[in-house]
Amino acid sequence: MAIRQLSIFIENKKGKLSDAVKTISEAGINMRAMSIGDSDDFGILRLIVSDTAKAYSLLSEDNIVKVTDVIAVKMNDKEGALYTVLRVLEKADINVEYTYAFTARELGAYVVFRVNDVEAAEKALSDKGLVLMTEEEIRSI
Amino acid sequence: MGKYFQPEIETASRDQIINIQNEKIVKQVKHVYENVAYYRELMDEKGVKPEDIKSIDDIKKLPFLSKADLRDAYPYGLLGTDLKNCVRIHSTSGTTGRRVVAFYTQHDVDLWEECCARAIVATGGSSEDVVQVAYGYGLFTGGFGLHGGSQKVGCLTLPMSSGNTERQIQFMMDLGSTILCCTPSYAAFIGESLAEKGYKPSDNKLRAGIFGAEPWTEEMRREIEKSLGIKAYDIYGLTETSGPGVAYECEEQTGMHINEDHFYAEIIDPDTGEVLPDGEKGELVFTALDKEAFPLLRYRTRDICVLSREKCSCGRTHVKMSKPMGRSDDMMIIRGVNVFPSQIETVLIKEGYAPNYLIEVDRVKNTDTLDINVELSPGQFSDKVSDIQAKEKALEAAMRTMIGIGPKIHLVPPKSIARSEGKAVRVIDKRKLHD
Repeated sequence: MAIRQLSIFIENKKGKLSDAVKTISEAGINMRAMSIGDSDDFGILRLIVSDTAKAYSLLSEDNIVKVTDVIAVKMNDKEGALYTVLRVLEKADINVEYTYAFTARELGAYVVFRVNDVEAAEKALSDKGLVLMTEEEIRSI
Repeated sequence: MGKYFQPEIETASRDQIINIQNEKIVKQVKHVYENVAYYRELMDEKGVKPEDIKSIDDIKKLPFLSKADLRDAYPYGLLGTDLKNCVRIHSTSGTTGRRVVAFYTQHDVDLWEECCARAIVATGGSSEDVVQVAYGYGLFTGGFGLHGGSQKVGCLTLPMSSGNTERQIQFMMDLGSTILCCTPSYAAFIGESLAEKGYKPSDNKLRAGIFGAEPWTEEMRREIEKSLGIKAYDIYGLTETSGPGVAYECEEQTGMHINEDHFYAEIIDPDTGEVLPDGEKGELVFTALDKEAFPLLRYRTRDICVLSREKCSCGRTHVKMSKPMGRSDDMMIIRGVNVFPSQIETVLIKEGYAPNYLIEVDRVKNTDTLDINVELSPGQFSDKVSDIQAKEKALEAAMRTMIGIGPKIHLVPPKSIARSEGKAVRVIDKRKLHD
């Protein structure tokens, strides 16, 4: 139940982020979630979009793009929700490389996890009854 | 000691100098032809015999030597005497591939030290002086050259070598150094360190500094002079010809007098090899007139400069060379180290990167900075920031091993480095060292 995320290597320079975003918006692709990891030199734009294949082929023309499997876990609207998820991953000995959050209209709030072992994470989280977002849901939001 | 170390030579008339050169070149070409097979072959190829060289003007007939010849002939191919007659070697930093190893007989060491002694006396130096030699000692010629010159003048000589600034300052203050010899960037650093410790320029006993081995500007000179409370003198030389002291500045500070009785200078068009008249800008070529062990004839230095025979107020009659204004190849001198873009390219290919890069050299607070933008290829991309940073660090380490100084690597997306038509622009030097 992993979903595909696009990672785009972007020079840390004026106008570079908007160039990439423009490519997606002009193609009529919706961004579901985004985050940026950065250093002084570069940024890595991470996107979950409505049409991954199309976005990948368009962005690849001018950028380095990589598809990575990530897990989007639904957050219950109550205190300690994120902590519960992190505990599950920790107990299953899974490393979280990075994480970011987004909301998906009526579906609620999600936190995206990039982990070292996607399958193990899926299993551990599902076993505990946590809800993971699917590719179908991404397309239909 | 007077104003000159060897007044009869330093103030000799033009005719006297030419006579010395005429006499020496005839002997030297014979010496080289008989003892250096590598150069004999070059002369034979060109159809020049030693007897064709009757005066210094005939030097034009001789073939050039280049850095490539020195590499081909490594290590003994240009040796002009038996190894048993040699007493020392020095070597370049070897950053372009093979090192250049230069050999010296005692005669060669003496004439080199004599040149350095002239440079020290030209700054007003005498046996009263305390000379702090903060050039590196070792294979590098800086330390030993000025050290020998200082002893020849009779100065108290402090063989500090470079680095350990705390100790430099302690000896400078406690023993009252009057002349400092080091690279200009190290002089600037010592000046800053003194200020940080709360010393005023007037607190030290320094009077003069002899700085060389890397390019520096007039502005930097004035800064160093202000921060140390001294007069700063330029010195020029290269391992291939002996070391520092081939040329040196006098009190006029308007160019460096070349020791013409030992080194004959020509300016050539770097493309055609044609000799240019005095006053024209071109590549500097040196002939060692009386060296025994490593007697290079018509060695192309790759330094671009101008020679001037205008009368100098100091009374010295030897021709003056300008500060080098650039290089006829693409060599950069960064923190005193010779760096070629080709070395950077070699490391990139070895480490699995495409040779698309842009080098930026700058000078921040009198220290050279080296930044290299390198294009990342899709296969090397990771969506984790730390992975890419680790790649940058690994490449920095590989560069440091190859070129001797650590650059800052910036990985950038493919095609983000501008492609130019024809010769690619690989280097942006922002240091403004030359007009």
